[in-house]
Amino acid sequence: MSNILEIRNLSVSYGGIEAIKNISFDVEEGKIVTLIGSNGAGKSSTLRSIAGIVKAKHGEVLFEGKNILGMSPDQIVKHGITLVPEGRHVFPNLTVLENLKIGAYLRKDNISEDIEYVYSLFPRLKERSWQLAGTLSGGEQQMLAVGRALMARPKLVMMDEPSLGLAPLVVKGIFDIIEQINKQGITVLLIEQNANMALKAADHAFVMQTGEITMSGTGAELLENEEVKEAYLGKKKQ
Amino acid sequence: MKNKKIVYKAIDIALIVVLFALVFLADQFLPSYDIKFKVLQKGAVFALVAVSMNLLNGFTGLFSLGQAGFMLLGAYTYAIFTIPNESRLAVYKYYTMTNAAGEEVGGLVQTVLPMGIAIILAGVVAAVFAYFIGLPVLRLKSDYLAIASLGFAEILRAICQWKGLGTLTNGSNQLRMYPYFNSIMPYFLIAGLCIAIIALLIKSTYGRAFKAIRDDEIAAEAMGINLAKHKMISFVTSSFFAGVGGALFAMYQNTIQAKPFTTTLTYEILLIVVIGGIGSISGSVFASFLYIACSEWWLRFLDTDGVIPGLTRNGFRLVVFSAAIMVIVLFFRRGIMGDKEFSTERLVKGAKNLGSRFSKKKEVK
Repeated sequence: MSNILEIRNLSVSYGGIEAIKNISFDVEEGKIVTLIGSNGAGKSSTLRSIAGIVKAKHGEVLFEGKNILGMSPDQIVKHGITLVPEGRHVFPNLTVLENLKIGAYLRKDNISEDIEYVYSLFPRLKERSWQLAGTLSGGEQQMLAVGRALMARPKLVMMDEPSLGLAPLVVKGIFDIIEQINKQGITVLLIEQNANMALKAADHAFVMQTGEITMSGTGAELLENEEVKEAYLGKKKQ
Repeated sequence: MKNKKIVYKAIDIALIVVLFALVFLADQFLPSYDIKFKVLQKGAVFALVAVSMNLLNGFTGLFSLGQAGFMLLGAYTYAIFTIPNESRLAVYKYYTMTNAAGEEVGGLVQTVLPMGIAIILAGVVAAVFAYFIGLPVLRLKSDYLAIASLGFAEILRAICQWKGLGTLTNGSNQLRMYPYFNSIMPYFLIAGLCIAIIALLIKSTYGRAFKAIRDDEIAAEAMGINLAKHKMISFVTSSFFAGVGGALFAMYQNTIQAKPFTTTLTYEILLIVVIGGIGSISGSVFASFLYIACSEWWLRFLDTDGVIPGLTRNGFRLVVFSAAIMVIVLFFRRGIMGDKEFSTERLVKGAKNLGSRFSKKKEVK
């Protein structure tokens, strides 16, 4: 399998403070890849600079071999990358259906099939189709945020902390969906603080610390790694 | 269910037809000096401007206070291009020029356009200015945008009064003797048409994108909505219709001067938008007529001495009016309509809910 996304020497800084320092990593096509790390490690900044929302200082982001760094967010969405932002960010005063339609904003073709597909993934959203998104529960809003990102028919979906503030059972549901989406051939780049869930789901994982990538391996490998266990899984060294 | 919806839609359309029929009757029976005649004209003009402001503030979430400036541009454009050539010498008496033939003429512009084209031109001029003002200003957010747009409106007003442009704007003197409609119907037709266009825009995918930007800029950007482009579309469209509203305002006033286009005018329009409900077109329309009727007509009697001995005198209605507005803002925080639109369907549903609430109370007894 080839790499769908290659990050080369990416640096992002906010007013002199370097949030990301020269990181490089690859995302293999059709896989679930996860970035784990604590608060302020630079995970969200990485996703946001790939999505074009945050301007990078230097580096390259190759998507299907083409450098997309410096493109505007709408061009990047057109290329097939969508972001599920941290904290869901649904449009509270639009209905569920309108939220989904906004997800397909740049597409000119028929979207009814995609709406049906999202509704089949999340039957709960179908029931609430006419409800304002702001009145949904946290878990439902997260479903909507994921569904909305799928409406653009992306090749790569980036998810920023989908488990944030959700009950364990709901988190499990979201991860089931992530795996289901992945089986449809969509590559998933996931960042999580819930390292346990993320590593179990991931084919490949990277650990980020203070703006740098310090470890990498398959999900299973990192789950067994002593350092990871202590720092992110809350298990003491034996 | 579907049939019912069609029936409700039909009733909605019928209501609009009835409204225009009433306007037609009012035109037949009301003399043009009647206060109701003036209230209806001014109400229609302000409804259009309020809806255009709502498109920006209520639907796109851009808190702009430049509406008076764009109305001014519209009003001046309309007046300048419709004053008949034979009247120009009288209007521009302080700014006469000599033309190529050596005759003395009034003002720079000697082109007279038909009213309809002048109205459209009024909108276009406002829209073009909006584009260039928007380039720097739309990068700003919330309060800063409000301050900057307010500043631009004030600058425009000052420039219009400047002697240096006297041959174009007649300086601080009035522009007058341009054609206007001496009936109510044209105001309703033009304002109605423009409001319908704005409503269609809001219902389109563009409108949905505007609302997405209003709700959450970050998410809208992540969904691939080009923020700068869509904000500009909203700003330019809103200004276009404010310009058309300005042209209608010039007609309503019969004479025009830069003086009334102060920030107070913008605040009046903002007040109408807030009272009607931020994000409701029908709310803005209702509130406009309510506001104009209240300020110009219903509270007039308070201006006469002795209605309440010792209290009422000239100008007292404004005190009562301000108090009434405060009460409205306190008790209807989200305005008359909130962010909902008026429709027969909603009215019937509301009445049913109210009815069931009453019958439930009886059951408890």
